Amino acid sequence: MSTKDETLFDASEVTVSMGPQHPSTHGVLQVKLRLDGERVIDAECIIGYLHRGVEKLGEAQTYGQFVPTLDRMDYIAAVSNCLGFCEAIEKLLGITAPPRAQYIRVIMTELNRISSHLLWLGTHALDIGAMTVFLYAFREREEILKIFENYCGARLTTHMFRIGGTQYEIYDGFQNQVRAFLKDFPRHVDEYETLLTENRIWIGRTRGVGVLSAKDAIDLGVTGPALRGSGVDWDLRKAKPYAAYSEFEFDIPTGEPGDTYDRYMVRIQEMRQAARIVAQAIEKIPDGPLMAKMSKIIKPPIGDIYHSIEAPKGELGYYIVSDGSTQAYRARVRPPSFVNLQALKKMVKGHMVADVVAIIGTLDIVLGEIDR
Amino acid sequence: MDFAINYVLIPLIKIALILAILPLLVAALTLAERKVIAFMQVRLGPMRVGPWGLLQPIADPIKLLLKEDIIPERADRWIFTLAPVICLIPAFIVLAVIPIGRTISVFGKPVTMYVTDLNIGVLYVLSISSVGVLGIILGGWASNSKYPLLGALRSAAQMVSYEVALGFSIIGVLMLAGSLSLVSIVESQKNEGIWYVFFQPLGFILFFICGVAETNRAPFDLPEAESELVAGFHTEYSGFRFSLFFLAEYANMITVSAMAVTLFWGGWLRPFPNVSALAFLDLIPPVLWFAAKVVVFLYFYLWFRASWPRYRYDQLMKVGWQILLPLALANVIVTAILVVLLRK
Repeated sequence: MSTKDETLFDASEVTVSMGPQHPSTHGVLQVKLRLDGERVIDAECIIGYLHRGVEKLGEAQTYGQFVPTLDRMDYIAAVSNCLGFCEAIEKLLGITAPPRAQYIRVIMTELNRISSHLLWLGTHALDIGAMTVFLYAFREREEILKIFENYCGARLTTHMFRIGGTQYEIYDGFQNQVRAFLKDFPRHVDEYETLLTENRIWIGRTRGVGVLSAKDAIDLGVTGPALRGSGVDWDLRKAKPYAAYSEFEFDIPTGEPGDTYDRYMVRIQEMRQAARIVAQAIEKIPDGPLMAKMSKIIKPPIGDIYHSIEAPKGELGYYIVSDGSTQAYRARVRPPSFVNLQALKKMVKGHMVADVVAIIGTLDIVLGEIDR
Repeated sequence: MDFAINYVLIPLIKIALILAILPLLVAALTLAERKVIAFMQVRLGPMRVGPWGLLQPIADPIKLLLKEDIIPERADRWIFTLAPVICLIPAFIVLAVIPIGRTISVFGKPVTMYVTDLNIGVLYVLSISSVGVLGIILGGWASNSKYPLLGALRSAAQMVSYEVALGFSIIGVLMLAGSLSLVSIVESQKNEGIWYVFFQPLGFILFFICGVAETNRAPFDLPEAESELVAGFHTEYSGFRFSLFFLAEYANMITVSAMAVTLFWGGWLRPFPNVSALAFLDLIPPVLWFAAKVVVFLYFYLWFRASWPRYRYDQLMKVGWQILLPLALANVIVTAILVVLLRK
């Protein structure tokens, strides 16, 4: 670990390795920090501890088999992973899922966005020392996971949709359970905000920390709440509507000047907006089939496709090259966390050790998705 | 014979009682902490060991004592072993001067509810409790590891800066009481007929904030901020040695609460000690009054921990030097002027 500083005291700089077993690097991220006292001079991210070769697996499995594997990428938002891939293949096949399936997809994906943001909120607040928010957030997340469990039997790696639609019909009482959740949810978000939004310590810890200008964010390819926190109004749900998103009303929250507090506010607002979308969708789920008409064996024509969706963490893109067989010739994933993590180095420079933790938290990364 | 009883036997019994009861109190406090915070966070806390988790504080020390005691290879063995002890001893011996009740008589003999009444009691508490930080610095340094060193440096800086404001926040009370002895401070509150917190509200708030910072508790728990520095100064400590640090931290919480009660909240006195209409409150023994007040402040500690995020190192320094210290100085000056003007 140490290079030149044998006794620690002769050295003006200390190199500290944060992670991969550090309590707050969210998974197995390793950050090498060069410190001058408590101030960060330089940081380097070392990734790859969770590499499982997901993209290569996509070449060895049929399209249908590959879908559950994708749930293991961003395991916090498995539903989004599933949706993006299913839609990409549907595009390749030239089919669209029936409206009923589209609506179920939107409801599930938005619920998943809420649960992903809740987990982010909890861990981010915990990193900054506010432990109670963590447990409150998990209380609500539990309700969402119960809905998932009732729907498809799994809570985390759900494999919620199929290529061409959804497999399962919504269960009895689904609407009521979702409505009950939506009824309490805004009050609970108010609760988190009571604990944090106007808390002097919270503002002190997040305002002006890890500022990412709009230009830097675009240059680095940052997407999702991290980009919107810098004031760029870019959300694929509005910019390039997919699934049934064009049928719902919702706002895209943005923040200025792009510090940790802005990203916090953006995500809080996004949870409220996601709840708004679900509330609209749940009231008008159309009748009809769940699956599009298609052959049992999925053999897309030769060609390639890039399809991206707005995952909770940013733009999740799939680039699929088909050689006409049942397996992809190349399945490339553009994971939002991987790209967003690039900004870390720029954001931490000159800050204190404590801020590094806040900045890692505010980027909302999932290592399963970065390493794949 | 009398000399032996008065100056050897009785103090020894009292010391033994403190040494025996304090760890038990700490054990109870850990359970209380877990339960209180659990209820604030809509969960149950420990429920497995014993009914309602009541035996948890017994299971925890047993686990810690039975664990392997690891000393890192490159650590400075002597200092590494000594540091937790240096941390623990001051936490215990400050309690010697804190009076927990009125003098009672046992077998016709007056027995005071403190080990000794030093005429420089406040000074004794301040000086002894500042020795504790030495244990933390030495522990972090002797570990010969980076995170503990950072944690130790943080806590050294933190404790030194907050000790200054802490000292100044007490001076108002000392001027009112005209004594450094903790017993006479309580007694003068009785003579005044009012707790000093009503004369010194600012002083009390400053004292308690600094006290929380002194004990490294949330929101000032930087030295052991687990999300940043893993476990801070005690990262390399395990088993029994870790439990000594732990014991010291909780004992210090009790000490700070007891000091706050003694200096500002009338010690063992009942509310409005001179209002005879409330004399029925005297049915509750003074010791219980004292304990109840201490418990309230310990509850505040837990409440803080459940509610607030953690300060950052530079913000902590800023609060200490730029806000608390000037306020404490202003408090001293205003009190001095008022004392001179009103006492004439």
